Amino acid sequence: MSELIIEGLCASVEGKEILKGVDLVVKSGEVAAVMGPNGSGKSTLSHVIAGRPGYEVTGGSVRIDDLELLDLPTWKRAEAGLFLAMQYPTEVPGVALRDLLRASARTSDDPEEIESRMQAEAERIGFGAQFLERPLNVDLSGGEKKRNETLQLGVLRPAFAILDELDSGLDVDALRIVSARIEQATEEDGLGVLAITHYSRLFDELRPDTVHVFADGRIRESGGPRLATELEETGYERWVQPAAATKPSPALSDDPFADPLG
Amino acid sequence: MSSTFSPDAARAIDGPSWLVDRRVAAAEALSERAVPTVADEEWRYSPIAELDLDTFAPSTTFGDAPMARLDVEPAATVRCVNGKVVSIEVDALLVEQGVFVGLLVDHADGEAVLGSVSADAGDYFTELNDAFTPHPVFINVPNGVTVDRPIVITHHAAGDHGATFSRLVVRVGKNAQATVLDQYSSDDGDVVLACPVVELDVAQAGRLGYLNIQELGDSTWQIASQVARVERDATISAGTAAFGGAYARSRADTRLVGRGAHGDLQALYFGDEGQTLDFRTYQDHVAPDTTSNLLYKGVVAGKSRSIYTGLIRVRPDARGTNAYQTNRNLKLGDDAWAESVPNLEIENNDVKCSHASTVSPVDDDQRFYLESRGVPTGEAERLIVAGFLDEVVTELAVPSAAQGLRRSVAVKLAAQRFAEYGVEDSA
Ligand SMILES: Nc1ncnc2c1ncn2[C@@H]1O[C@H](COP(=O)(O)OP(=O)(O)OP(=O)(O)O)[C@@H](O)[C@H]1O
Ligand SMILES: [Mg+2]
Repeated sequence: MSELIIEGLCASVEGKEILKGVDLVVKSGEVAAVMGPNGSGKSTLSHVIAGRPGYEVTGGSVRIDDLELLDLPTWKRAEAGLFLAMQYPTEVPGVALRDLLRASARTSDDPEEIESRMQAEAERIGFGAQFLERPLNVDLSGGEKKRNETLQLGVLRPAFAILDELDSGLDVDALRIVSARIEQATEEDGLGVLAITHYSRLFDELRPDTVHVFADGRIRESGGPRLATELEETGYERWVQPAAATKPSPALSDDPFADPLG
Repeated sequence: MSSTFSPDAARAIDGPSWLVDRRVAAAEALSERAVPTVADEEWRYSPIAELDLDTFAPSTTFGDAPMARLDVEPAATVRCVNGKVVSIEVDALLVEQGVFVGLLVDHADGEAVLGSVSADAGDYFTELNDAFTPHPVFINVPNGVTVDRPIVITHHAAGDHGATFSRLVVRVGKNAQATVLDQYSSDDGDVVLACPVVELDVAQAGRLGYLNIQELGDSTWQIASQVARVERDATISAGTAAFGGAYARSRADTRLVGRGAHGDLQALYFGDEGQTLDFRTYQDHVAPDTTSNLLYKGVVAGKSRSIYTGLIRVRPDARGTNAYQTNRNLKLGDDAWAESVPNLEIENNDVKCSHASTVSPVDDDQRFYLESRGVPTGEAERLIVAGFLDEVVTELAVPSAAQGLRRSVAVKLAAQRFAEYGVEDSA
């Protein structure tokens, strides 16, 4: 039994503060859903947790139990059990999935075992064997990339996975298969999941324990699974600050992007 | 004019009288030419000023040549040491098919074909080759004949301050097809000057695959010239894999002289320590509806340097030309340096041409992606660099050489220092 603990996490990009004190705890076997408007900082949260270059962490902590992840290079975080399924997986020309999995500190040194896990996972999510030979994400369709991320999750068996819009790009059948695979991992391996999404259809198979509204760089409200369907109906208006309320009148504004009718 | 490369020295090399006369004429012509300097645009970034020809003499030593690095049995193998042929093995099937692989002077057309492709692409060093090449090698594939397995030529140079002048002429007949693997090596530590010249002649609807593997020693100077002539509807796929040499220059001149001729031109290169790798390419579109596609990808590590200078030339008659030129460089570390200079010279309006060139470090996002799956930083960089070059390895005309090339890349990679811990430690 482990915990992924995010506490007071603040981060900025190019001097602009994006994460403004994120607090969230995910326990082994649990699914925490994070939903929020475009541009609110959800992907930023996932990148900062994984240690992507280009972000400045200005405060807070991210731990797996007692281990501070923010002090570690990305690969050590992964070795410690963190996995990130990216919203836009990066193309890595000339590098095959097999090479990546063999080089990972999370897999054994036995190429045969990696091979058999790869084949087994591909079969579980109906991912054609031909994709295993292709360079990572190069010329893969949007949905194929997401299946590829899921396959890697299956082989690497992380303790915690951040899924950044894993559902985007997947057709309805693929979504069902992929989300069922993640649900199984929570049950069989005690995987803890932080699932970022815009649509509650992800939760037909992958059952969330908690749902969190993420807006303007932090968690604004938390609730049970019903909150997800509620959000789909009502949207995020309640949490998105109306610009006019906090801004001076247009005549006095030096913000070129201010709404002139505000 | 250096005394060791005099007309008298040229006259002293064995051969039939036509060849001796030819050598002497070239040696005499040399005295009219000046050794190039960095003031010549073509040699701008080169260390040519450090080359003192007087300290070299034509190599005389013999030794064992390395074997072919292939996953299949070659159809024929010619092994050369210091430009001289030491062994020739030709599959009986090739002999039956009328394919010739051997000493150029032993073929009836020898005198006619030598220099027939490279004649007007000459510079000081091709002229040196003309004057001092001891044993030109000839591959002749008659019309309509297909050779399935690669024909291999290996060249080894040894002996301090020896100069070596390999010469290879390949002629592929109409509708004929062949692949040639041309390997160059020399001993580490020996200061060697290698000036090979390769002539590739592809007749109508012929197909030639050619791969040059350069694994010269760490103190060798190479100034190489490769000239191809591609006739109507013929195709050439010519590649270079360059790993060795102190200063290694390769000039590749591809002339698409017949309508519908096509050229695929590739190179992968990997420099480290104090190496300088210098590439000059000419895609010369002479005839209409000709196409060429060039992809050169290289890595510079340590204090090494690479220079790529490419010219696409479209002649007035070459309407319907499609020509592409891409040069990408990965720079590992602040001390490495890569220069990329693409050029277009277009004399016809009905053409599609483009060129692209980049010099960049290992991509942060790619490294992050691999690291986020638990791949240690240094290992992630190694995978990315190998993958970067693999895009070329998979396109080369001799697939059975691919595994060997991947091993060569791995050896180079293993010699580099990559970050072993955090991203902030990385080069
Ligand atoms: N490199 C960057 N430079 C400048 N701004 C950036 C950079 N990366 C992200 N941002 C900004 O940070 C904000 C948060 O972006 P992020 O991608 O985290 O949003 P998101 O919540 O994931 O949105 P979506 O739902 O559309 O995926 C956005 O306003 C974005 O434009
Ligand atoms: Mg996002």
